[in-house]
Amino acid sequence: MFEGEGIEQIKDGYREWSEKLRPKLAKRPERKADFVTASGIPIRRVYTPVEIADLDYMSELGLPGEYPFTRGVQPTMYRGRLWTMRQYAGFGTAEDTNRRYRFLLEQGQTGLSVAFDLPTQIGYDSDHPLATGEVGKVGVAIDSLRDMEILFDQIPLDKVSTSMTINAPAAVLLAMYIAVAEKQDVLPKELRGTIQNDILKEYSARGTYIFPPKPSMRIITDIFSFCSREVPQWNTISISGYHIREAGSTAVQELAFTLADGIAYVEAAISAGLDVDEFAPRLSFFFNAHLDFLEEIAKFRAARRLWAKIMRERFKAKDPRSMMMRFHTQTAGCTLAAQQPKNNIVRVAFQALSAVLGGTQSLHTNSMDEAFCLPSEEAVQIALRTQQLIAYESGVTDTVDPLGGSYYIEELTREIFDGAQDYIDKIDELGGAASAIEKGFIQREIQESAYRYQREIEKGERVVVGVNKFQVAEEPLRDLLRVDPAVRISQIEELKTLKSERGNGRVKGILGELRKAAQGNDNLMPVILDAVRAYATLGEICDALRDVFGEYQPVSTVGG
Amino acid sequence: MATKRKIRVLTAKPGLDGHDRGIKVIANALMDAGMEVIYTGLRQTPEQIVEAAIQEDVDVIALSILSGAHDFLFPRIMELLGEKGVDDVLVIGGGIIPDEDIPSLKERGIAEIFGPGTRTDDIVSYIENNLRR
Repeated sequence: MFEGEGIEQIKDGYREWSEKLRPKLAKRPERKADFVTASGIPIRRVYTPVEIADLDYMSELGLPGEYPFTRGVQPTMYRGRLWTMRQYAGFGTAEDTNRRYRFLLEQGQTGLSVAFDLPTQIGYDSDHPLATGEVGKVGVAIDSLRDMEILFDQIPLDKVSTSMTINAPAAVLLAMYIAVAEKQDVLPKELRGTIQNDILKEYSARGTYIFPPKPSMRIITDIFSFCSREVPQWNTISISGYHIREAGSTAVQELAFTLADGIAYVEAAISAGLDVDEFAPRLSFFFNAHLDFLEEIAKFRAARRLWAKIMRERFKAKDPRSMMMRFHTQTAGCTLAAQQPKNNIVRVAFQALSAVLGGTQSLHTNSMDEAFCLPSEEAVQIALRTQQLIAYESGVTDTVDPLGGSYYIEELTREIFDGAQDYIDKIDELGGAASAIEKGFIQREIQESAYRYQREIEKGERVVVGVNKFQVAEEPLRDLLRVDPAVRISQIEELKTLKSERGNGRVKGILGELRKAAQGNDNLMPVILDAVRAYATLGEICDALRDVFGEYQPVSTVGG
Repeated sequence: MATKRKIRVLTAKPGLDGHDRGIKVIANALMDAGMEVIYTGLRQTPEQIVEAAIQEDVDVIALSILSGAHDFLFPRIMELLGEKGVDDVLVIGGGIIPDEDIPSLKERGIAEIFGPGTRTDDIVSYIENNLRR
């Protein structure tokens, strides 16, 4: 970007400046001997055009909406349309959660994001013994289409876009969503939303797996293929770094492991016979917005550039939409402190701002009380207002990629790109993401970073305001949101009623068909849709698949 | 005298919760402090945890739950330990646990609850000072 005499003058100037600085530094040293980013990337005292002199503007940055999309996926970005404000929410019964959704929509939220409880995420009905103590706790309990109908009661599915954090049983919940839409006279092709559907990071970081990798990848490619024909506006996967980061990775690892998972999905779909440009435009991503403000902005920019290059060079995609990385962002839950929780409002605001300056397509801002419990209504409102303040008051939305061209941001973008590329090469050598997970490589890398981070906090090298510095004595937070344990009882009663009212012969027949389809190669989606329409429960459908596919056995990565 | 036996700790994730960052950090810290650590992995039932604790003859069980299911699962584990006549194992817990839940968990026999922001060396010294055998 810079060349010739100009750059030589800057180099000379920098040398002189450094000389002048030397005696001053001897007298008054800097705060630390070494400055590094949260990911451990060394930071220079100051950045100048010299660091980015060899950066080729058109091939590395380009213009907004054009390859390699470093500056953003849309030509006008937030001047055209703001990001979708989408708060992840769900607890208790479908009625409870429906009420929260309608509250959020009234408050100006522009999309829904469904949190399911753990039994739902792992394919158990609420009456399963392993569900005891977990029903309705971290999300809403969904046992059958009946619950899903209540969840979206009075919410027009042709008007909202809905993101569902569901992975192993994603096909079932997507089928339920389609079936609810049918009842509202909304066609599948009108539906907009996302299923997370990212099983690889469940094995490496999040833990809600059911089936082994091979059949799981088959379900995923079945969904890609089905949706490309029937639900064309649906984001069929949200390839997620968020949970990898929450589990303790660095920013570079978050990017690398996410994109390595992305590569595995693209390879699986291509081997299943799909054309890359048929499914790749519907791939979406999900990242974490962590504490290191400038590093996070650089990470988002590097992510777009790296994915664009992978899709064009490695997979020979031709449609620009296949190369365009669209992503959701959530602020970092693991950085919320239980001490002086109001400080979390400010942490979240900085993190959210980094996501916006990084060009996110949608955003969830965490609530101040989430180190204790699910967020209260008041806490959620502040979190949503934080996004609205950035959107309507801060002015950062008025030009595209306002930090583009900052010497530091551009250099850091490049370093994160290179660091992630090195990891991807290493994972390729290990045989790809699934194989690197089977070998425990990714899990070990994450847990070593997590331990290092904790040691740094405990040694005082990393300051956490209110936790290891500036502590005060304080009263416990009051009025926390509690999920009524009676939710489980009412869900179990509903299940009994359902099973006495539906056509059980028909359910049995369809579950038999599902087993047969699972043993063969036909797309599973049509038969899963039939099953949910007949009010087969989530647990029954997943059990039929467990019978055929078996269950995943994790590798141990703790100790010798 | 033979050399003193190392403190044996079972670190466990009861229930369906997949958040294992905390328990793995603690497992590492306890190992660095010279303890022998067994980690159960995810999705353990109370029965499996109690069985493992007896099989492995541990001095300590360290439980972690971030899903809110501690109100059912922690007391259930204490109940099963009681049924098996195990009363000399120190049981501690951590995770996302509201302050107001702590007194009742302690009444059921959980010795201490460590929340977010706890230093790992505080857990190490707590274990060293509160062993029951």
